[in-house]
Amino acid sequence: MEISLVDMKPGQTGIVKQIQGGTNLNVKLNQLGLREGKQIKKISSVFNRGPVTINVDNYQVAIGYGKAVRIMVEVEELEKNSPGR
Amino acid sequence: MISNYAGTTVEFTKGLLTTENESFEVLDAPGTYSLEPTSKVEEVASTLVDQADIVINVVDATNLERNLFLTTELLERDVPMIVALNMIDEAGHKGVKIDIEKLEELLGVPVVPTVAVSGEGLKELVDSLPRSVNRRQDALDVPGRWAYIGDLVGKVQEVVHRHHSWLESLQDASLRPATGLPIAAAVLFISFQLVIGVGEFIHELMEDYVFEGFYETLILYLSEALDGRGFLHDILIGQLVDGAIDFEESLGVLTTGVFVELGVVLPFLAVFYMVLGFLEDSGYLPRLAVMVDRSMHRLGLHGYSIIPMVLGFGCNVPAALAARNLESRRERFIACTLMSVAIPCMAQLALIVGLVGRHGLDYLAVVFASLFFIWVVLGLIIDRVMPGYTPSMVIEIPPYRIPSFKAQAKKLAMRIKGFLVHATPYILGGILVVNILYTLGIIQFLGVLFAPAVQGLLGLPGDAVSTLLIGFLRKDVAVAMMVPLGLSARQLVIGAVVLAAYFPCAATFTVLVKEMGVVDMAKSAVIMIVTAFSAGFILNLLLDTVIPAAYLAAGLIALSLILPMVLGSTSDRRELSDLDETA
Repeated sequence: MEISLVDMKPGQTGIVKQIQGGTNLNVKLNQLGLREGKQIKKISSVFNRGPVTINVDNYQVAIGYGKAVRIMVEVEELEKNSPGR
Repeated sequence: MISNYAGTTVEFTKGLLTTENESFEVLDAPGTYSLEPTSKVEEVASTLVDQADIVINVVDATNLERNLFLTTELLERDVPMIVALNMIDEAGHKGVKIDIEKLEELLGVPVVPTVAVSGEGLKELVDSLPRSVNRRQDALDVPGRWAYIGDLVGKVQEVVHRHHSWLESLQDASLRPATGLPIAAAVLFISFQLVIGVGEFIHELMEDYVFEGFYETLILYLSEALDGRGFLHDILIGQLVDGAIDFEESLGVLTTGVFVELGVVLPFLAVFYMVLGFLEDSGYLPRLAVMVDRSMHRLGLHGYSIIPMVLGFGCNVPAALAARNLESRRERFIACTLMSVAIPCMAQLALIVGLVGRHGLDYLAVVFASLFFIWVVLGLIIDRVMPGYTPSMVIEIPPYRIPSFKAQAKKLAMRIKGFLVHATPYILGGILVVNILYTLGIIQFLGVLFAPAVQGLLGLPGDAVSTLLIGFLRKDVAVAMMVPLGLSARQLVIGAVVLAAYFPCAATFTVLVKEMGVVDMAKSAVIMIVTAFSAGFILNLLLDTVIPAAYLAAGLIALSLILPMVLGSTSDRRELSDLDETA
């Protein structure tokens, strides 16, 4: 399922599917190596509206809420009671 | 000078490299990940590349893929280049193995592994300069670039998994709110205590053993040689108080001037830079930025602007320069204004702590509480009044590194030297100017002229106008100028707050005009002056007359914390509604 960076849980990994925003956002994130198709792992958010920190490759990026909420990530559905799948 | 966070270098620095045969001028460009002109930093870098004869592309071996983006852009430029594959040791620790020969083959330019901080590989790098190649590759579009890079990295890099080190666990803990906020509070508290505690200790040592020791004897000798009076005596030694040298009141270039600079400011400044250097090189500062981001939004700033604020406590000049790292003009304006109004540099602070502190911690608390209050309220107001919003941040979080002692020592030495070289003319010049103005009677004249304003508004004697005049030049000298006026505790508080806020010192002003442009600087100046005198007026009305110092300090701090929570963030609201409209 596709959720925003903000909705991801700390420790979850996913693949960046969409960056909803103008060229400016895209360029800025691109420069840091964050782009569609990249696998990322969420490290933390600072409470509800604080920045989100993620691991990409070998480095870490912190993204403010206003931008993090526009980055859509494809994550695995977390199924709790599904033995042997 | 470098640090472990993005944005320390915003202009380029020059150096000279001499080998057996030739000498090279080396230009160190600001660090960027690409040459696309999205900010000033990239423009500077791009221009330098065009002007260079050889480009050394320093690639971070721990982040090969991302760093190669710039490499591909450079390969397309018309200039010979060579790659320095740096931090190769750290890459090894992270389990990253790179096939250097293969990389060299695929890129078509020499690749030299280096560990710059230790010096490894640097000789080979210099020796390889003649082998640099001008590839002039065809330009690729962005997706094409990443595809090319992905392919390349796949062929040369191998990553072996290894365990989380304790440093890495600490890294993550610093970013999660439950652990991160206590860590931030602890770091700030410890830093504060170290600077005040150790600074004070060194200050007292200097005062007791150096100044009241042999230096006093030396100056007395000089005083006698000059017959204890005369123009030269007044300038160099100042007035003898009760027949003796008083380093605070004599106001001579060699007495008060030297004492303020070396005996008062330098101890605190040195300790501050020691602590700051450690924080910078450890990599903690960007994590602090993440922790405070949300709060800073209410002032129209974002987390990364905490860095200019922290730097401002040392000296406002590098703080103003650091504001270049902020992405929008709006944010730069707010950060520069708030910083110059509310963040007193260590030079001022040392004097304020000395002068106001001796009247009691409660008065000192009022000074800090007032400045904090100004910082918060002004931020809230400007964010609301200024159109637009400050967009949220995107910053890189560097890994924690244990700072190298050698690098720390070098940095500290550089900063102290910078202070001695740059501040000395202003400090000694300031004392000199004051003496001349007093001798010519100008101070007294201006004192009478401005007495109604200064007295009525601020409750200070007319002579205090001298401190305001000198404050344009140098803030520590201005605070020192308050000593001979014989002010009461509350007057000192008012004086200190107004001095800190009303206008930047000459050095800072010059930098701000360059950074903000004349129009923005003018707007900022008006804001500063109005704010400072309003604050002074309010303090004059309330401090000790209506509200005792301790309560006032507590009240101001409480208001500063509550108001942003109640009012929320204008910037956030505007950014999110912008999002809704485009969604």
